[in-house]
Amino acid sequence: MDLEYGPQYDDFRAEVISFIKENENTKISGPPRSESRIAWQQKLIDNGYFARSIPKEYGGYGGDMDIIKLRIIAEEFAKSPIPKPAGGQGIQMLVPTLLSLGTEEQKQAYIRPTLRGEILWCQGYSEPNSGSDLASLQTKAELDGDEWVINGQKIWTSTAHLSQMCFILVRTEPDAPKHQGISYLLMPMDAEGIDRRPIKQMTGDSDFNELFLTDVRIPAENIVGSRGEGWQVANATLGHERGSLADPNVTQNRLNSLIDLMKNETIDGQRVIDKPIFRDRLLSIQGRLMAQQSNALRILSSQINKEQEANLAKFIVKLQGTELRHELEGLAIDAMGEIGTLYEDSPHLKDNGVWQMNYMYYLGLIIGGGTNQIQKNIISERALGMPKEPKIQGA
Amino acid sequence: MYFGLSEEQKSLEENINRFLADNASLDIIKAVANGEEDKAQSVHQGILDLGLSGLVIPEEYGGLELDMLFATVVAAALGSGTAPVPYAGSYVMAPLAINLAGSDDQKNQWLPKIAGGECVVGVGLSEYVGAREDAGIEFLNGKLSGRSLFLIDGKNADAYLLANKSGELFLVEASAPGIEVIELTTVDKTRSSIELILKNVDADLLSGSDDRSIIEKVLDAGRIMLAADTVGAAQVMLDKSVAYSLERKQFGRLIGSFQAVKHMCAEMAAELEPCHSMIWHAAHCFDNVPEEARLMACQTKAHISEVGQQISKTATEVHGGMGFTDELGLHYWFKRIGLNRQLLGSPELIREEAGRLQGFDQ
Ligand SMILES: Cc1cc2nc3c(=O)[nH]c(=O)nc-3n(C[C@H](O)[C@H](O)[C@H](O)COP(=O)(O)OP(=O)(O)OC[C@H]3O[C@@H](n4cnc5c(N)ncnc54)[C@H](O)[C@@H]3O)c2cc1C
Ligand SMILES: Cc1cc2nc3c(=O)[nH]c(=O)nc-3n(C[C@H](O)[C@H](O)[C@H](O)COP(=O)(O)OP(=O)(O)OC[C@H]3O[C@@H](n4cnc5c(N)ncnc54)[C@H](O)[C@@H]3O)c2cc1C
Repeated sequence: MDLEYGPQYDDFRAEVISFIKENENTKISGPPRSESRIAWQQKLIDNGYFARSIPKEYGGYGGDMDIIKLRIIAEEFAKSPIPKPAGGQGIQMLVPTLLSLGTEEQKQAYIRPTLRGEILWCQGYSEPNSGSDLASLQTKAELDGDEWVINGQKIWTSTAHLSQMCFILVRTEPDAPKHQGISYLLMPMDAEGIDRRPIKQMTGDSDFNELFLTDVRIPAENIVGSRGEGWQVANATLGHERGSLADPNVTQNRLNSLIDLMKNETIDGQRVIDKPIFRDRLLSIQGRLMAQQSNALRILSSQINKEQEANLAKFIVKLQGTELRHELEGLAIDAMGEIGTLYEDSPHLKDNGVWQMNYMYYLGLIIGGGTNQIQKNIISERALGMPKEPKIQGA
Repeated sequence: MYFGLSEEQKSLEENINRFLADNASLDIIKAVANGEEDKAQSVHQGILDLGLSGLVIPEEYGGLELDMLFATVVAAALGSGTAPVPYAGSYVMAPLAINLAGSDDQKNQWLPKIAGGECVVGVGLSEYVGAREDAGIEFLNGKLSGRSLFLIDGKNADAYLLANKSGELFLVEASAPGIEVIELTTVDKTRSSIELILKNVDADLLSGSDDRSIIEKVLDAGRIMLAADTVGAAQVMLDKSVAYSLERKQFGRLIGSFQAVKHMCAEMAAELEPCHSMIWHAAHCFDNVPEEARLMACQTKAHISEVGQQISKTATEVHGGMGFTDELGLHYWFKRIGLNRQLLGSPELIREEAGRLQGFDQ
């Protein structure tokens, strides 16, 4: 057991700290893709604080894949109000996919602008009749000369209203078994034939959309992997999503805010944190979070020490993390009582209503990215070796 | 950076597991539980032969001078085998207390004997944590009087380590006049539990223990050991559940193919897997990160007690009617987890303490 990163990293940490000091007050403004956002993103890349291990030729920093350095950057950035690097599905899911399975032309065309934040991506997987059973998807694409012609419907497409591109799963081989008939295409969102309708969510926001696709034509070369290999291509990145949905270090920040809230909120003049039952609930959430943080250290260690196995530890992150986060946000609402139900711009609203917003948002994440029931299927089948769900004839 | 067990720790774990598989089968456990105490003696001798009684004792006193992570590995392995032997009290908490707070004479008197397997020390800190039945001991003019309940490893012990309410620690020889031992019967028959009644008994104060940080350190260690014992036991209950579900058929199918059963197992695994990391982390903090050690030990004991309870229930359910029988013996793990949960503070008590540690009451 050794939780030290080693003295060889002290200089590196010092460099990160001094960069942060110099740039802490950087203000970025405007909508996504604004000039100041792109300039900041590029500055982070140039200094190796973002896209660190991605080759220079594709717009990355071109450093070695040193997990500890990435960790140090994340730790130091988290401590400071400095603007954080942009995220999103393009950066988290598409870039890793292209790096491992894309053609040279695709890497050249898309990785740099995606990293810089000039191209935003959405994920076109789910359909009205294909959610958990994603491989049953029916949106089809047919090759017509040197173009794919796409027809069908996608749903729950987050950020489609902000995106320039969509990585989309379509059926190209209708006669093949369902997992082998899918292809992974790159679809420009300004192509003709895309009808986008926002879906209003329970939170009141409209972060996701429906896409109606009618004779949408895109170039034939916009396919990642071969025809019929889309399922494997998509699966290569679903793991990235699962791990990123419920980072216990982010939950720690929320726990700290919850502790502050419970020290400040009062009932009949008594602090909520002084009420034993509330305090006990708070502490049991803290205990669960500490277990997840220890689990995260083990996963980090397995990335640094390749021989170390942490399979099950990784499979449970999404399930455990989203449930805990939802419960944590819910405790804050209970701590506020009726005040906790206030929303939008109501008088007496606390913290801009963020606790209710997150309480609902995290319920969305319990469902999105593979529901937690599907996570339990995966854990029992792939980690515990239990039988797969039986196939029902004719279903 | 490496977070996990070393090769040496893994091989210690394997050695204990192998020894227990060969020498402490379920039949042996059942015999011990049904009163054949002599059957426990050879198991005890075996762990002494493995050097476990001196694991945390400094080399100069004949021990192996290994750290808390090693002790955690041992406790988890003993929990997984529901091993009917003293450990957390006699071989971790007692030597730790003596080493931290004892005089040179006291160390020389006790530590080599414990390391050499010549001496078992029962540990009674229950009244410091939270006195039940109005128990408690007082120290006056070099003599102890009062009662202490639920000593860990106290049966047939050669000496006792006891605490009064202000956290001072005392050593008492079991042969000293004025001691009455009353055997308690808990649900967990793989380990003993006793009550001591003391009337003007000669006692040896551990002089360094007037500083409360000593008893707190000893409690932290004990709580990590009990949590590790529960993790070991719970892992066996999960493994047995998965194995049973892949043998047992109902409705013409393996019960492990029913999603209700799969999800019970997945939930157990999802709760338990982080607990392995948590006990390692708590042990690491105990030795290396003093500012985090106390909170980590408290929360580890409290959280793992909750997970243990859930798993001991769910695993029993997966086994259907068989889970409820003595024959299958699953209940030995269930009860071991049940006793660990209450010793040195139930989750609610410990969370109260964790709240105070963080100044929530200020
Ligand atoms: C906030 C949010 C953002 C999203 N963003 C995107 C996006 O950007 N792109 C995209 O493509 N999709 C997105 N999704 C869609 C998401 O992936 C799906 O909602 C999810 O996979 C579940 O599919 P479904 O909604 O069709 O529910 P269904 O699959 O119909 O599930 C309904 C219920 O049945 C259960 N169920 C289904 N099958 C099984 C089974 N085999 N065993 C046990 N229980 C089962 C489910 O667990 C669930 O409780 C998003 C969803 C949400 C909530
Ligand atoms: C205290 C007690 C008293 C009893 N008294 C009597 C009595 O007086 N007379 C009598 O005849 N019987 C009695 N029984 C037996 C009792 O009815 C059975 O134990 C019970 O029906 C379960 O059957 P099983 O033990 O064979 O478990 P199994 O059927 O093997 O079940 C094992 C596990 O698989 C799960 N499982 C099985 N099938 C499915 C499925 N289709 N879907 C999802 N999960 C499934 C179960 O829920 C359980 O978790 C008693 C049992 C107990 C514990």
